[in-house]
Amino acid sequence: MKTKSNIEKILESGGFVVTSECGPPRGADPEVIRKKGNLLKGVVDAVNVTDNQTSVVRMSSLSACLILKEMGFDPILQMVCRDRNRIAIQSDLLGAAALGINNILCLSGDHQKFGDHPKAKNVFDMDSIQLINTVRTMRDEGKFLGGEELKGKPMLFIGAAENPFADPFEIRAARLGKKVRAGVEFIQTQCIYNVERFERWMEMVRERGLHERCAILAGVTPFKSVGMARYMKNSVPGMDVPEELIERMKGVAKEKQSEEGIKICVETIERLRGVAGVRGVHIMAIEWEEKVVEIAKAAGFLPRPQL
Amino acid sequence: MIVANRKPLEEILGMLKPYKKVLLLGCNECVTVCATGGEREVGVLASEVRLSRAKEGQEIEIKEQTIERQCDHEYIDQVRPFVGEYEVILSMACGAGIQYVAEKYRTKPVLPAVNTTFLGVTLEQGVWSERCQGCGTCLLDQTGGICPIARCAKSLLNGPCGGSSNGKCEVDKELDCGWQLIIDRLKELNQLDKYEEIIPIKDWTSARDGGPRKRIREDLKL
Repeated sequence: MKTKSNIEKILESGGFVVTSECGPPRGADPEVIRKKGNLLKGVVDAVNVTDNQTSVVRMSSLSACLILKEMGFDPILQMVCRDRNRIAIQSDLLGAAALGINNILCLSGDHQKFGDHPKAKNVFDMDSIQLINTVRTMRDEGKFLGGEELKGKPMLFIGAAENPFADPFEIRAARLGKKVRAGVEFIQTQCIYNVERFERWMEMVRERGLHERCAILAGVTPFKSVGMARYMKNSVPGMDVPEELIERMKGVAKEKQSEEGIKICVETIERLRGVAGVRGVHIMAIEWEEKVVEIAKAAGFLPRPQL
Repeated sequence: MIVANRKPLEEILGMLKPYKKVLLLGCNECVTVCATGGEREVGVLASEVRLSRAKEGQEIEIKEQTIERQCDHEYIDQVRPFVGEYEVILSMACGAGIQYVAEKYRTKPVLPAVNTTFLGVTLEQGVWSERCQGCGTCLLDQTGGICPIARCAKSLLNGPCGGSSNGKCEVDKELDCGWQLIIDRLKELNQLDKYEEIIPIKDWTSARDGGPRKRIREDLKL
């Protein structure tokens, strides 16, 4: 055990991890976070807190993490390279560890073009793989990137994301290999709808033995409606939604569609659990946190292990 | 070459509003090649400005002049005999040329007629594309001769982000994903193993971040 992370503990004991996420509000009201938190209490092992996702300005990830921490959660601080240079990143890593945050998810970050401030200057002083290496260097070597020693190592369990559906497909496992060599310990994947393609990716991952060197948590997102399914298929870059799922959503009455979406999600989780090398699931119910408990219950994940 | 775009006529007319005698200065180098600020474009802009001012009943005298380079003082010196006759210089060179002209004629306002955009190549007649950001530490040997700093919207050094789809960048469906190009080229070169190497965090001191840059070749100095 390197850290006090809940998910590291569960993974070490051979357990199956369940995580979810919580998007901070576009304002300073902490109650929004607490309300979302209450919906996830006792349902998941750790909660990701997004970092200005889709480049839309929100309450900072670290602040929202702290609010959840106070509620008894083990938050996963998401950190993107878009908005901070190496000075700010290292400073925030120390600050997060000082406040008792145990997990970090290292991301490149969506381009600012998609957000509410498309005229902003982006930073990208480092990429996600270099960020992983930065955390590892600070934690395991006790050194800053500049080479000097730091006092009080930030004991963070290191995560990152992978999109098994993005192109070029053939280097996706090689890219994960780079992340593993940089020091990543767990991976949360992009939402999986095309399980066959995900299995092909996992095959490449297993061929390289990467599933033994980092824990793969498979990402899922329930459809609220056929409209959402279509939007995911057509408008979200790097998303792979098979036509048959759209047809299936279309095939049920409008008021039954959200129920069908949950059903598909639970069935997907069932299949993903059977894929060799999958160590957990990451349930991203976007602005639909109240459904996570239903999904977790239906998937047989409850109660969560008490550590 | 350095690629630039001409500013909209309205903006140029706005800058010229207080002036009646203008030296319009073109450049025979990059901006000529990218059809932005050479002799031909100087002629076109001069006609446009004269026409607009005539319509408003406001007179203007424009001297059209295109010199070899606005980034070398011996060429800038060529307009010294008559620069005093004009109230203002409107330069169609890149940002470097505009500034160097301003440095040489310290009491003369120098206005930009173009927006300088990037270091690029001619893809076809009328189409130019960015290739280099002049970061000062070239890593093209590691990336199949294609620059991730200039050609990835996030300047990622270790591979494509999750937004690469069918060879295109998430930022724009018309834009090639720089990392798809790199991977394709590495495959063609039979060097895909190069992708496995982690490129460490970059030292940006050689780029703009280290402050304005200067290069001195002692052996060439007189």
